[in-house]
Amino acid sequence: MNEKNRNINGVITPTEKANIFSNSLGFIKKNWIGFTLLASLYAIILVLEQVLPVSSMLFVVLKKGAIYALVAVSMNLCNGFTGLFSLGQAGFMLIGAYIYGIFTIPLEARAAVYQYFDGGIINFTVPVPVALIMAGLAAALFAYLIGLPVLRLKSDYLAIATLGFAEIIRAFFQWDKLGPVTNGSNLLRRFPVFSSTLYPFVVSSICITIIVLLINSSYGRAFKAIRDDEVAAEAMGINLAKHKQLSFTISSFFAGVGGALLAMYQTTVQAAPFKAAMTYEILLIVVIGGIGSVTGSVLSSFLFIACSEWWLRFLDSETYIGSFRIPLLASGFRKVVFSIIIMIIVLFYSQGIMGTNEISIDALLRFFKKLFRKGSKEEAT
Amino acid sequence: MAENILHTEKLTMQFGGVVALYNLTIDVNEGEIVALIGPNGAGKTTAFNCITGVYEPTYGSVSFCGQTIVSNHPQGKMKKLYLGEKGKEKLKRITPTPDRITKLGIARTFQNIRLFDSLTVFENVLVAKHMRAKQNVLTATLRLNWREEKRAVEESMALLEEQDLLQYKDDLASSLPYGLQRRLEISRALATEPKLLLLDEPAAGMNPQETQELAEFIVKIKNKYDLTVFMIEHHMDLVMQISDRIYVLDFGKLIAHGTPSEVQRNQRVIDAYLGVADDA
Repeated sequence: MNEKNRNINGVITPTEKANIFSNSLGFIKKNWIGFTLLASLYAIILVLEQVLPVSSMLFVVLKKGAIYALVAVSMNLCNGFTGLFSLGQAGFMLIGAYIYGIFTIPLEARAAVYQYFDGGIINFTVPVPVALIMAGLAAALFAYLIGLPVLRLKSDYLAIATLGFAEIIRAFFQWDKLGPVTNGSNLLRRFPVFSSTLYPFVVSSICITIIVLLINSSYGRAFKAIRDDEVAAEAMGINLAKHKQLSFTISSFFAGVGGALLAMYQTTVQAAPFKAAMTYEILLIVVIGGIGSVTGSVLSSFLFIACSEWWLRFLDSETYIGSFRIPLLASGFRKVVFSIIIMIIVLFYSQGIMGTNEISIDALLRFFKKLFRKGSKEEAT
Repeated sequence: MAENILHTEKLTMQFGGVVALYNLTIDVNEGEIVALIGPNGAGKTTAFNCITGVYEPTYGSVSFCGQTIVSNHPQGKMKKLYLGEKGKEKLKRITPTPDRITKLGIARTFQNIRLFDSLTVFENVLVAKHMRAKQNVLTATLRLNWREEKRAVEESMALLEEQDLLQYKDDLASSLPYGLQRRLEISRALATEPKLLLLDEPAAGMNPQETQELAEFIVKIKNKYDLTVFMIEHHMDLVMQISDRIYVLDFGKLIAHGTPSEVQRNQRVIDAYLGVADDA
């Protein structure tokens, strides 16, 4: 009873203060391997940047992979963990990208960028981190408004409606009347971008950590309950409308941040590439990685980007062995191969790489222990 | 006389032309075990769904602990037919979503088990604690709600221990054998801290021995958690053994009600279950 009273009054006694402290210390202690791994990953990237030439394809893959990982994980939060089959991701990324671009183009560059619209009507800039958060918030706001009517729909219908809204957003940002703000269908450019590969990695890893924390919280469990059985979840006192809205909005927030990062990566923003095709790309990453697995999404986004940007590039260029031209290798063939790979995955590995499993330190330890035991058993026999 | 905990007033549910439930008026008093029986398709589960907010009833109201929680009447043409003289008055409609009714203290189980299959046994119970915790999405994500979380975990563990499910704690709910899934579903309902427990065919698919165990289990949890139990059941031995009163439904209408021995002797009930001979 005492405990309860304290909760209501919000008074924190010294012992509880110590508790909170040891609690957060415990969190760091429990996850120190994870933190160390992350830190060493950053270190490796820093070293690689010194060693390899800047033009190396590896950096393209790492940068774009990190951004897509964030967007794929955010899509997984909505599609994989809450069971809302939403296809609006590209639309929310577009909002993020535009908001970032609009509010960070330096004042002196505005006249050149908004050359058809008298320098635009926005006469201030905000710092980059603030712009990133604004990008997320704007996407989340749109998602909230769209979610009000759309989240009453289920499965395929929800997918169609969100896809439609994403297209509407794209058309809206290209609208000529909005030119002074969005520059119409012209490019937004000359906003601050990142040069180091570390930047998207740090932002993505912070965002993904937050999403993972959310998924493992009480709310995350409620989301999974909704995914498994809506009727039962409701009977357990989970407000469906509220939780679906939450998941959808939060997912869009991080899609918006991802969009802003993508804008930084591309150095220019235009509404045209944020088509449904982009959503499908992300959906593919999620499906390949395993619907309902965060580590799967991260892993597969790097794989996907590596394949599409680097390893399978050779399929697109005409190649000769001596004077013999290898058949089929021509521009566009990469997409054919890709489609076949996708079909094989969907038909035979519909669980994706990870299914709903996660790569965690505990799981790895267990795996190695098992492997070790198996090895020693074989030795014994 | 114990206090009235659940009361339905002329509850009617119409699906198009089919009247699944007609003018159902029942009372459940605090501390009782009341059974709702009837042949297949009599409208028992429909009654449960109306009480728990899964369906909006066409007409009628439900009150819980003296407070009206569901109340509905038709709009437009049908209004006068249902309301008669009162049809001209403006009446209040209350049609809450199921989660709000659960929050008030009515928990239920389902006829075909509805567990969260991809969650573990422990998480299944923990989910039920979600709504009672004082938290929002921000504090939950940043683990500022650790006090609430700790309490929820402790309570869930205690509940699992009482129900002898602790050893299956980390198993997936879908991997449990059927009988245990039933018990888990009841435990999950208990985790919402209900005053009234609605059980929809808890003994479905159980053999006589399991049914006997279930009867003891229901009485045990009823006494332990100060519950009132309202259940739908087909196993007559179970119903006759533990229920204080029985309501009998047939084709959506209440045909009898009383103590088990009264109901057993009631001719209409016998007719409904065994059928009436043509020449009678």
